Amino acid sequence: MRRKMFLTGCVLLAVLMTLAVLVPAFSPYSYSEQNAGLRNLNPSLSHWFGTDRFGRDLFTRVWCGARLSLCIGLGSAAICGTLGMAFGAVAGYFGGLADCLVMRAADVADAIPSLLYVVLLTLALGANVQTMILGICISGWSGTARMVRGEVMRLRTSEFVQAARLTGASSWRVIWYHLLPNAMGALIVSLTFFVPKAIFTETFLSFAGVGIAAPAASLGALVWEGRRQLRLYPGQMLYPAFVLCLLVVALHLIGAGLEEGDIESIESREFERTI
Amino acid sequence: MASYMFKRILTGVFSLFVLVSAAFFLTRLMPGSPFEVGNSLPSVQAEIEREYGLDRPLLEQYLHYLSNLLRGDLGISYKKPGVAVTDVIWRAFPVTCKIGSLAVLCSLVVGSVLGIWQAVTKRAAVYNGIFFVTILGSAVLNFVWGSLFVWLFGVKLKVLPVVGTSDWKSFLLPVLTMAIYPTCVVARLMRNGFGREMRKDYVVLARAKGLGTMWIVGVHILKNACLPVLQYMGPAAAFLLTGSFVVESIFNIPGLGREFVNSIANRDYTLILGLTVFMGAVVIGLNLLTDLLCAWLSPTTRVGMTGAGE
Repeated sequence: MRRKMFLTGCVLLAVLMTLAVLVPAFSPYSYSEQNAGLRNLNPSLSHWFGTDRFGRDLFTRVWCGARLSLCIGLGSAAICGTLGMAFGAVAGYFGGLADCLVMRAADVADAIPSLLYVVLLTLALGANVQTMILGICISGWSGTARMVRGEVMRLRTSEFVQAARLTGASSWRVIWYHLLPNAMGALIVSLTFFVPKAIFTETFLSFAGVGIAAPAASLGALVWEGRRQLRLYPGQMLYPAFVLCLLVVALHLIGAGLEEGDIESIESREFERTI
Repeated sequence: MASYMFKRILTGVFSLFVLVSAAFFLTRLMPGSPFEVGNSLPSVQAEIEREYGLDRPLLEQYLHYLSNLLRGDLGISYKKPGVAVTDVIWRAFPVTCKIGSLAVLCSLVVGSVLGIWQAVTKRAAVYNGIFFVTILGSAVLNFVWGSLFVWLFGVKLKVLPVVGTSDWKSFLLPVLTMAIYPTCVVARLMRNGFGREMRKDYVVLARAKGLGTMWIVGVHILKNACLPVLQYMGPAAAFLLTGSFVVESIFNIPGLGREFVNSIANRDYTLILGLTVFMGAVVIGLNLLTDLLCAWLSPTTRVGMTGAGE
């Protein structure tokens, strides 16, 4: 079950990513080209998802949007992962003042609802992909840092680390070669759940009117734009919404497939059957 | 416990201070003047800015804002002359609070039932069915749900009102829209918690003693498995607040979220700042409350806070 979920998620994500890269590159239409004669068309062979109210090809726009959303999601996950790993490893390994500072900073980062200052940040610095990634990363590193710190602290006193130290390995070498590889599994799980969160944050921003500036549009902005036409042309909202759902479901499946907790609950069900 | 409480409250207050400062300087960083309207004379604009104290040094403005904040004064709206930000908040907050707390209640009840059912069921169909529903529920954005509900119940079937807050029926759809995501999270937490607890010795003992399944699940396991759910209530509060942006705009409910979205559209900086500070304070306060509650119920959670000491 877990294996199947993981594989399904991976295949789905691979397909979506390929489409997001290939469609904008090879499509005969551009995402921003307006065409007054072709407004609100229904899906046809030349426009697979139809066109929007400015006559732009929705198929191209949806995959451009998917590319933007993936960029924001994966980009911020990569940055937060790196930051969290660095902070967490330092805090867990050295302890003392470093630990105290990092953990207090993480507490503060957790306490403030991120959406509030991301909105202010995009208003102040302009709505583009970099600002959004910056905003998401300001507090996003705390979860990863906590987790890596926990793993490092657990393993810090174990025998293989002591052996490495005795042979004269420096602290950095111990962290890099011996401790971090052990934290990798949990790190990847937490990052797969981080990507959909980042995508959702971006979607809320488009909703609040501070998303990526038109005519470029992320999936969230496309759904929001299509919502105005829901009564007459439901497809304009449903196609981007469907792609967005597929994307998030794929990531959730990968995360859930990797997650340790699921083994436990399945094992416990087996156990329940035996008693 | 006392030292944990002290540290936790101190962190909360400090976070609030960071939020207020960051929000203040970010609003001052925003390009353009809030009073720029097409063809106004520069001298008139300067006069208005002087009126609102925007010509003074930034640090002075900041200290002034902080001291006003401590006295509970969040300033006057830039775009609606004479309307205090606190008035807007006190008018809008009860509405948001009502919908939010109903949604929390809903998600707790439905989510727990689903999660427990999934954990104790022996039928694969039920397990997979609930699994599928919870993944679907957390993968579809709430404004997609909201729009679909409006379209289905309001436009096609015409059975429920889709705007305003006139009677209890008009609360159904917003609360439902808002509750879907937290329900799925609560269900997942409950399922994992139960999965963990059911393997423990005390459950086997209880079963060996001959206690019924209902009794074991409802009394013995529930008590131990519900802590993660309780811990989730802090983040849930933050989610509901941001969810209110969407739901209130879709269903046209005069709450905090809609005020926030409108104030962004109007570039009404004092109102944006005031609402940010207020919502931040609410979320930080609720987080603090749930953390203290968890620490009181389960001493092991206190350890995470002590940093290097453990």
